[in-house]
Amino acid sequence: MTAPAPVELVQPESESLVQLEDPWVTIVWNDPVNLMSYVAFVFRTYFGYTEEKSTELMLAVHQDGKAVVSSGRREEQERHVQAMHEYGLWATLERTEV
Amino acid sequence: MKPFQRRRRGAVVASFQLNEAQLVANLVRQVVELLLDRNAPAASEPDPLAQLIGMTGPLAPPEDPVLARLLPDAYRDDPDESAEFRRYTEQALTSGKVENAQIVLETLASGGLELGAPAVEVELDEAQLLAWLRVLTDVRLALAVRLGIETDEDAERLADETEEAVVAMADVYDWLGFVQETLVDCA
Repeated sequence: MTAPAPVELVQPESESLVQLEDPWVTIVWNDPVNLMSYVAFVFRTYFGYTEEKSTELMLAVHQDGKAVVSSGRREEQERHVQAMHEYGLWATLERTEV
Repeated sequence: MKPFQRRRRGAVVASFQLNEAQLVANLVRQVVELLLDRNAPAASEPDPLAQLIGMTGPLAPPEDPVLARLLPDAYRDDPDESAEFRRYTEQALTSGKVENAQIVLETLASGGLELGAPAVEVELDEAQLLAWLRVLTDVRLALAVRLGIETDEDAERLADETEEAVVAMADVYDWLGFVQETLVDCA
């Protein structure tokens, strides 16, 4: 067993806290055309989500009209939106309210 | 049609009647034509430097509602950001869709469509399967726009439609949904 040696901690200033995730999100919107099975397939294969999470997100899109399927850096979300459009899903990105 | 199924050794296969295969090919070509009308590969002679850094794409969303659905805005309430995004991405999105369509047409052709075989046997590897899924989506999206399907209720209302041409198109739309469902099951 081991324990870390005691060190003097410097309390970080709150302003200097590193933001781990930029507040951009990819949203997939419900449409009456895309098959539920296909939407779940896209979430599973493109994002690598589990069967369970993919189905959950698909149902959220279907029932709530939209779902946030990813969040992070803006450039990354732009790539995801582009990919969703390649699959024929209706997706947008936006900055989340902080 | 014998729906898509996965053979024990991996390949995904389906058998279309000739008229079904012709119908699919015809619809796929129509979507390609629409896409290329907007983003022809060599429509103009753009500034080579602008082309090099990928600045040749259109800014405004398409006026045609089918194209507007296939090439949607990336920002919901921000036309400026959407235009900027579109300028850098729309042509790549278009060429990806066109390439997928070519794959579908090629697999139909090699399945016997070119020879006019009574049964067109389509056999797909994983990449071709993905292309088919995406193209079936694009064709169904296009048909849905033409049929005025914008909500889940619109889709249900279509069942009560009596106008012959609309009924025929709605039948094709439903059938393509069935074809796609069997393909998703194989994926």
